[in-house]
Amino acid sequence: MFFNSLLTNFAALEVGQHLYWQIGNIRLHGQVFLTSWILLGALLVFISLGTKKMENDPKGLQNLLEFLWDYIRDLARTQIGEKVYRDWMPFIGTLFLFVFVSNWGGALIPWRLVKLPSGELGAPTADINTTIALALLVSLSYFYAGLSNKGWRYFEYYVHPTPIMLPFKILEDFTKPLSLSFRLFGNILADELVVGVLVFLVPLILPIPVMFLGLFTSAIQALIFATLAAYYIGEAVEEHH
Amino acid sequence: MLAFNFFGATEGGLFDINATLPLMAIQVVALTYILNSLFFKPVGNVVEKREKFVSNNIIEAKNKLSEVKKLEADLLTQLQSARTEAQRIVSEAEDESDKLYKEALELANNEANASKEKARLEIESQTSAARDQLSKQADDLSELIVNRLILEK
Repeated sequence: MFFNSLLTNFAALEVGQHLYWQIGNIRLHGQVFLTSWILLGALLVFISLGTKKMENDPKGLQNLLEFLWDYIRDLARTQIGEKVYRDWMPFIGTLFLFVFVSNWGGALIPWRLVKLPSGELGAPTADINTTIALALLVSLSYFYAGLSNKGWRYFEYYVHPTPIMLPFKILEDFTKPLSLSFRLFGNILADELVVGVLVFLVPLILPIPVMFLGLFTSAIQALIFATLAAYYIGEAVEEHH
Repeated sequence: MLAFNFFGATEGGLFDINATLPLMAIQVVALTYILNSLFFKPVGNVVEKREKFVSNNIIEAKNKLSEVKKLEADLLTQLQSARTEAQRIVSEAEDESDKLYKEALELANNEANASKEKARLEIESQTSAARDQLSKQADDLSELIVNRLILEK
């Protein structure tokens, strides 16, 4: 209680305040959806513009998109392996783009200028719901990848190389989504809080290096999330001999 | 009810988990499909087509290069054989001309020798004929002298 009120009132930052949307019986965090729609809309517009007129000799935006595609393919291929990376590349790429766009969008766009009745706009990934949703999708994906590629033999993974590993491997299935979601959530929220506090205390110059650090962290977190997701999927489809 | 709070508040808080979670999951899955058809497939097609084009060209160029090398080696051996052939022909011709020269030389020598011999023989016969005639004249003269001497007496 004390911690919450401290967080809520510290430096007049609104932490843990949400813009609630009530639809029937369910309640949503409206600010998360608002920012995610704006950012994803921008991403989709950007991608549509870049892929509108594809040529064999890439120009302008197409170059950038091809670079991005290549980057994601390399990421997926190194982590998942040559055999099935194609099936998972869109998912890994979407995770990367979603997290990256959310993180950078949250850091770069001055959302604070928009006044909401409650809560404030910010990176969608600074909301625990978003990161848990992403992490659970990753969990489902690697289970699906393992089961669809190896059938019931997937569960050999749990006793590989020795059955002693069984409890640890089972535990891993819980720690993987937990660490994925909390790492992303914690990093982005912490970045927003640090920048927010610094801006409140010293509005000039001082927050700028921290903002750059925030951009760096944001990019790294997107890369880490996508890489780990790909690694988990690769681990599940890997053949043991 | 999905919502529960770590910080005791009934509403809000950092760890306020509610229906945002499943909806966000659905949104991300939908985004995956949208990005797949809008981004990953078209860009992948273009990039892979180009990669295939480039690798095909490289393979083709390599094939052509090896063909060129083979042709070059072929030409080189042909050149080599032509050179030896030419050398053989030249030396053959040289031998031939040498032989012809020797033959002609021999023939000329023989002819010269023969005519020399003939001339010598002729000279000899003429010399002996002249000598015979000379001795006959000397005989005649001596006889004449003798006769005269005898007659004067």
